[in-house]
Amino acid sequence: MSTVVSNPAAVVAAPTGYRPRLNIAKWLSIAAMLLAALFLLLPILVIVPLSFGDQRYLSFPDGAWSLRHYLTLLDTAWLSSILQSLGLAIVVGLVSTALSFLFATGIWLEPRYRVLLTALVLLPMIVPQVVSAMSIYYLGARVQQLDSLIGVGFGHLMMALPYSLIAMLVAYSRLDTSLYKASRSLGAGLGMTIVQVLMPNVRGGLAGSFFMAFIMSWEEVVVTLFTSGLHVITLPKRIWDGLRYNLDPAIAAMSTLMVFLTLVVLLVRLYRHDHTSSPGR
Amino acid sequence: MRIYALLILPLPLLIVVGYLLPTLGVLGWSLSLPKVGLQNYATILDSAAIQTVIWRTLRICLLTTVISVAIAYLIAFRWRFASARGRLLIELFVLLPFWLSMLIRAFAWLVLLRNDGLVNQSLMGLGLVDEPLALVRNELGALIGMVHFMVPYAVLPLLSSMRQVDDSLLRASSSLGAGRWQTLREVFLPLTLPGVAAASATVFVFSLGCFVTPALLGGGKAAMLAESIYIQMFQLSNWGLGAALSIVLMAMVAVCAVVFGKLVGFGRFTGRQA
Repeated sequence: MSTVVSNPAAVVAAPTGYRPRLNIAKWLSIAAMLLAALFLLLPILVIVPLSFGDQRYLSFPDGAWSLRHYLTLLDTAWLSSILQSLGLAIVVGLVSTALSFLFATGIWLEPRYRVLLTALVLLPMIVPQVVSAMSIYYLGARVQQLDSLIGVGFGHLMMALPYSLIAMLVAYSRLDTSLYKASRSLGAGLGMTIVQVLMPNVRGGLAGSFFMAFIMSWEEVVVTLFTSGLHVITLPKRIWDGLRYNLDPAIAAMSTLMVFLTLVVLLVRLYRHDHTSSPGR
Repeated sequence: MRIYALLILPLPLLIVVGYLLPTLGVLGWSLSLPKVGLQNYATILDSAAIQTVIWRTLRICLLTTVISVAIAYLIAFRWRFASARGRLLIELFVLLPFWLSMLIRAFAWLVLLRNDGLVNQSLMGLGLVDEPLALVRNELGALIGMVHFMVPYAVLPLLSSMRQVDDSLLRASSSLGAGRWQTLREVFLPLTLPGVAAASATVFVFSLGCFVTPALLGGGKAAMLAESIYIQMFQLSNWGLGAALSIVLMAMVAVCAVVFGKLVGFGRFTGRQA
């Protein structure tokens, strides 16, 4: 009991939540965490200045900052890879979203084989990517679609579908099936119900589904490495080639753009999450 | 009923035809190339080179798991007791690398760790070493890259388990006379152990299949299982052995996932994959 009396600060501080008091251990752990933060952010801190180097090779800007590496990105080779990746990602995003939407809608209305079928679709997410890449390579070899946009795109689709579907399932998990029954009992057909009632209600899921599939395709490396060659050179494949043999400074420029985009998307998401989540957070 | 099937079936059918059957095809390759039989699997068991790769894979994965979960625990711990603004900041620096392409991260580490890279230049500038340390294009480089890749994956399950620790338990421990260290060790740590287990399982399973990071930062000198599949397929054109290694890797991941799933509980394995 005496300890309670001897430590009144803990009792007084109680209503605001448990906080360890200031002391050496706390500052040590904060210092260690800052080191961990530095470790996590180090790559980003390095890439950005490198991208403004003014030499032909990879270097830090020595007094003179330059955009020459960014201009390199507009060269035919880089630009065609960027456009190829962009096109693939958009198509994969659309197809993946459409398939996920149909499946999630159906399983929401008729959940009988829900667990089994969902597990089946999520398979490519759980299996190591190299193993998936082998399977896609096998398929490509069998149907003569290696090193073609169709073959690579199909591989991207397989890798994107699980993430796309999760976004869709989350959206539907917040929807009550009575909405469907109401729409049908008011005389709307299935097609009309889907387009005019369900789609508006899961539009966040549709957007998330497309976003996830887009990102998965945009960043896909492993399946692309297995199934592409001379004709299909997506952006990640070009970066991979640039990393294997030398360090192409254009990669620094591309990376800086990606860091910037990632930061923007992340801030928007955190901001929206902050304003939509419960106050208990 | 039939109309629902029309909605549901396209996706699973596509997965069966476009993914599951080809996986069986890979199994077929492993048993039939170059000739029918189990010789590819026999090679995996016999070949010293492949045994080295398997042990290296397990070693790097284990090290990655221990180091990244330790770092993640520290981050999650500070997050648990941070202010709202502090939490947001921590989430930001964990999530930024998490969403950043692994190629870009590998690029940055190559720049930092190579012989005339920033780290070596600083070390030599400070007079700590005379000649550049071999930090990358070897096993150490692969390990650094993988830890960097895995920390965010380890943070996420830890955050959720730390969030669940009730403040009142910590206050109770403190008001019953436990010091901070004792509260941490005897109350907080045991309560967050499930999170540690989940984080470790996630990291280990993901690490097993890692390809890009170790391939680039290991520079061919630290080939793990995934990279050796690529090498067998595209450098040695040994499709049968590549396929067999792929099946072995899948089996290892499946066994680990089932065992860890039993120990830790399913439903915790989510997130983006290596």
